[in-house]
Amino acid sequence: MNINVLIPSIVTNQWNLLPLYLQNLVIITTQILAVTICVILTVAFTTYFERKVIGYMQGRIGPNRVGIKGLGQPFADVIKLLIKEVVIPSRSNRYLFIIAPLLSLIPALATWAVIPLTDGFVIADINAGLLYVLALTSVGVYGVLLAGWATNSKYAFLGAMRCAAQIVAYEIAMGFALVGVLMASGSLNLGDIIASQSGGFSQWFIVPLFPLFMVYFISGVAETNRAPFDVAEGESEIVAGFHVEYSGVAFAVFFLAEYANIILIAALTSIFFLAGWSSPFEGWSFLGEGSFLREPSFFWLAVKICFFIFVFFWIRATFPRYRYDQIMRLGWKIFIPVTIVWIAVEGVMVWMKVGPWSI
Amino acid sequence: MFQAILFYAFSGLLLAAALGVIFSRNPVHAIMFLVAAFFQSAVLWLLAEAEFLAIILVLVYVGAVMVLFLFVVMMLDINIEEARGGLSKYAPLGLIIAALMIVELIQVIRFRSDGEVLQGFAVTPENYSNTEALGAVLYTEHVYAFEIASVILLLAIVAAITLTMRKRPGLKAQNISEQVAVDPKDRMRIIKMKSES
Repeated sequence: MNINVLIPSIVTNQWNLLPLYLQNLVIITTQILAVTICVILTVAFTTYFERKVIGYMQGRIGPNRVGIKGLGQPFADVIKLLIKEVVIPSRSNRYLFIIAPLLSLIPALATWAVIPLTDGFVIADINAGLLYVLALTSVGVYGVLLAGWATNSKYAFLGAMRCAAQIVAYEIAMGFALVGVLMASGSLNLGDIIASQSGGFSQWFIVPLFPLFMVYFISGVAETNRAPFDVAEGESEIVAGFHVEYSGVAFAVFFLAEYANIILIAALTSIFFLAGWSSPFEGWSFLGEGSFLREPSFFWLAVKICFFIFVFFWIRATFPRYRYDQIMRLGWKIFIPVTIVWIAVEGVMVWMKVGPWSI
Repeated sequence: MFQAILFYAFSGLLLAAALGVIFSRNPVHAIMFLVAAFFQSAVLWLLAEAEFLAIILVLVYVGAVMVLFLFVVMMLDINIEEARGGLSKYAPLGLIIAALMIVELIQVIRFRSDGEVLQGFAVTPENYSNTEALGAVLYTEHVYAFEIASVILLLAIVAAITLTMRKRPGLKAQNISEQVAVDPKDRMRIIKMKSES
């Protein structure tokens, strides 16, 4: 179907009269807005999903009052947070206190620019996409650090210190795990990384790189400060950690950033290790010719993202919180050696020409 | 034209951020200005199509080095009035160093451009990938220097982690693998007893 039929000709004529850079500006802005709004809506329903999942795991029902089956709950929460007062502590550093939530939200949303959502759609198809992802995820720590310091409270400061040390530690393991992906795919471009895993789930990097997949995902949980690595919040020890004095919209922005990061880590894990939008049944003839299940599409990326988001909540409902020295031990003394050893193994495999990669 | 506007806009922001580093009274503000300055210079590199260098600048300096800086500065309780007293004392030394660097930069630019004035950035060929170009040079011409540097860095990481693994006598620390491997049979004795009436 030609979409031009639906638009009156006067609009298309006006559109063609616009200079090229203005056309590009309009198209790119629309794409950015579409992706951002979708991410924010997903965040809203992720909070609902989390409460439902944890509810059922603990033998409760979870939210079921607002709307059908409680589906209106996230919007009720948002409205509640929006009409609350933003309290700024009197001895705090005003500017940094207000900027801090934004600094944690911006990297979480900006990383979506390089994520390929389907076989043709990515906002910025840059060559060094993987490096861009690493760089922006490491910038997110500023929000937490500044929030903890600007609040001028001991609890918040302790939370920020814990969080910074934890993120710096796990970032190294995360980077090393991605070096393995880089060696296997031979490209820094996320689209090319997915393309090099095409051909059904036996070709996915989760098979040869399983240890790196585990390290990456667990480091991802630690980077987003989720349970069992949520010592930056640590309700039982330091009240709520870095956001103890935040209320209303400022708190909502922190909340949004945390869940946007969860969805981001889920998307990145599915792209690096589960071939993103590729179908797991590529080349399965008994599903029928031209079957929907065999086609690569956004559907598969969404399924994989949902699965990893579920794993996040599953882990949260299952494990008790780590003690801080054990978090450090896991990051530095277990994950980094595991990744270094596996990179060496992979190097030998590439050299002996064993395995799926053909460099 | 459009590139020139962007270049001057971001250069202006870079200079403003750099001045902010020097003149802000609060050390944490100064560090945030420095972070902003790094971001602006990364953008300038992006304009020159050196995307690898730009992203590495953000990754290494903003993502790691400045976080540690911020970490240390927040821990120190710096007396701001006292720190400002040193400004007039150190100003001459700072000015001399700045003048030296300006002279050096001018020399380098004149030497590199061979007298002719360059207009904008060098034009890159179609499908130019900065990352690939760097990799092609690093892994062929400079492969030994590159590999030796990376081995030294890896050694530094391993050495730093090993330092934390020392065992001091008399230190009470838990052995986690021992704890996990505990068997109830080794610790508990189940005794049959007659019930006391």
